[in-house]
Amino acid sequence: MSSSREAITFRANVQKSLRDLMLREAIKRATDTFVTKRTEGTASLPMEEWREKASIIRMQVLDNLPQYVEQFCSSAERVGAKVYQAADAEAARRAVAGILEDHGVKKVVKAKSMVTEEIHLNPYLQERGIEVLETDLGEYIVQLAAETPSHILAPAIHKTREQIGKLFSEKLGVEYSDDPTVLTRVARNVLRNEFLTADAGITGANFAVADTGSLVIFTNEGNGRMVTTVPRLHVAVLTIEKLLPSVTDLPSFVRLLPRSATGQMLSSYVSVITGPRKPGDFTGADELHIVLLDNGRREILKGEYREILKCIRCSACMNVCPVYRAIGGHAYDSTYPGPMGIVLTALLEGMERAYPVLDATTLCGACVEACPVKVPLVKLLYRLREVSVEQGFAPPLEKRGMSAFGAAVSSPAMFAFGQTLARIFWPLAQKLSGYGAVHRIPRPVARTFRRRMS
Amino acid sequence: MRIQFFSTCLVDTFFPETGEAVLRLLRRFGVEVAYPKEQTCCGKPPHSGGYTYESRKAAEHFLSVFDGADPIVIPSGSCASMIKNHYPELFKDNPRLLEQARKTAERTYELTQFLVHVLKAHEAGFKGTGRVTYHASCQLTRELGVKEEPLLLLNSLKGAEFVHLPHADRCCGFGGIFMARQPEISVALAEEKAAMIRSTNADTVTGCDHGCLMNIRDALQRRGNTVAVKHIAQVLAEGL
Repeated sequence: MSSSREAITFRANVQKSLRDLMLREAIKRATDTFVTKRTEGTASLPMEEWREKASIIRMQVLDNLPQYVEQFCSSAERVGAKVYQAADAEAARRAVAGILEDHGVKKVVKAKSMVTEEIHLNPYLQERGIEVLETDLGEYIVQLAAETPSHILAPAIHKTREQIGKLFSEKLGVEYSDDPTVLTRVARNVLRNEFLTADAGITGANFAVADTGSLVIFTNEGNGRMVTTVPRLHVAVLTIEKLLPSVTDLPSFVRLLPRSATGQMLSSYVSVITGPRKPGDFTGADELHIVLLDNGRREILKGEYREILKCIRCSACMNVCPVYRAIGGHAYDSTYPGPMGIVLTALLEGMERAYPVLDATTLCGACVEACPVKVPLVKLLYRLREVSVEQGFAPPLEKRGMSAFGAAVSSPAMFAFGQTLARIFWPLAQKLSGYGAVHRIPRPVARTFRRRMS
Repeated sequence: MRIQFFSTCLVDTFFPETGEAVLRLLRRFGVEVAYPKEQTCCGKPPHSGGYTYESRKAAEHFLSVFDGADPIVIPSGSCASMIKNHYPELFKDNPRLLEQARKTAERTYELTQFLVHVLKAHEAGFKGTGRVTYHASCQLTRELGVKEEPLLLLNSLKGAEFVHLPHADRCCGFGGIFMARQPEISVALAEEKAAMIRSTNADTVTGCDHGCLMNIRDALQRRGNTVAVKHIAQVLAEGL
């Protein structure tokens, strides 16, 4: 991902994605499975009631965020964690690197974390001579391929198992196989040794609990447990909106997040980590450091898009998004793809860079229906498009057409004249334009309905 | 009963036979149809692109043309939702127009809503032919919540066989301004929709929105497909 202010080359990215039939097939297969499982798994549940409750809790967090941040910091420190507050990506990267350097860390194992993608932590640490290993299977694959995640939950969703088999045989020197069981075993063998020899583990957090100072991590592979218990040092990086008021709020999300994400009733591992290992504890890191990051959240919280901060990163919105399903995550050229990703990209990276990805929605509303915490994604997307036009990011020709529309729309005579012009110039427009909208809109009829009615 | 008919700019400009089908349908139930001649467009096309100034102009014009107290009937889920859901949003800072928008929204019906809830057309015993499938358009389904009404009507057709379209409510890729800005994705989605339609072996596909139907027809035709694409008003009016 580029961190420059140059606009995302979305149209070109799209064309590249659409040509990649393997990619399209892989994404379709995976998202179809997620969606089918979610639909079937939630059909007999009071989802509406659950969503409403979860949405209320998330709003409660946002409405009182400074208070919960303060409470979390003191709770976490009370149970023995050390908390660092970071205003932006640079501060967070420095904090993490500082902790690792203080402890003489040479090798880090990581559990899946989108926020460390957001702040580009891995290259920063690698530049400082620290070896960084992703241990979530999907992240591991993406890291081996020197790519970025294309989905917030299934980072390697864009790859077929055949491609993964080839990657493993090239990079790890193992015999080619496209059997997921075999491939998983290969990764497990490699990673097992890394867990045992790593000096520190880095994780994100799905939630952080204000009243107990706990971190909550959902994983399916058990790597989260290894990362947080085997190395003696655990560093967690999370953004402030991940907070929940109380541990009693957790059940609402334990039941909702996996069901919305993969359709599972429960993630295979739900770890609640409350401070470092204490005398007599069976497992746990000796030291727990928590980097609590703002990176634009307090600013978003003040404005009209604040509800995007309710998001719990389940990926349901991208799994049902027709555009995401067609082009995959890389085309968005941002940490966060899909409907929630468009909104976050615009807010975190600015309109100047993000405006092209505002096109990546048909505003069909499937995301709103799927969102477990009722983020009004379509409303936010409409508003962002509106702002993009206000700020002058609309295509010039389209803008001129819309101005003409605006001039004619209050006058039936001008409107009818416009219809006639459109009919006359349609053949020419067809000839001049490449294959696009003009080719797919039929020629206006000679006897319009208004003529027939007069 | 008297209604005001908003034909929509797509029907007006490209598909006048759909407008005529609506007239025949409504008259069959003794409805007196007024066609306000000053009508133009509801403002949805600029709205979907973020052109609030232009869509507000269209909305103001619509509100001034469609005054009175009669129900307004619209053969499009997208346009009906524009009026019912987005007009109040457009005028949230203008108390006078907001009040007018709210009142107008209350008496606005998408065609199948009106046919089922007011006219009970699904109990009228219309005739039909062939194998018919149905695309559930996005704003109709998710913004207006009109899910059952078109199915009730289509299932009531005597002599026609209704066949469910897999993923019927998945977007066809039209998306208003989306089809112009991202034609490649739009085509990819329309082709997926067309493939689903072909998989049903239906001879007719219908829906409540000409935007989508236009997009779907294009995708079907480019594969030389012979599935007929008709607005639900046409399908119903043929069975009168």
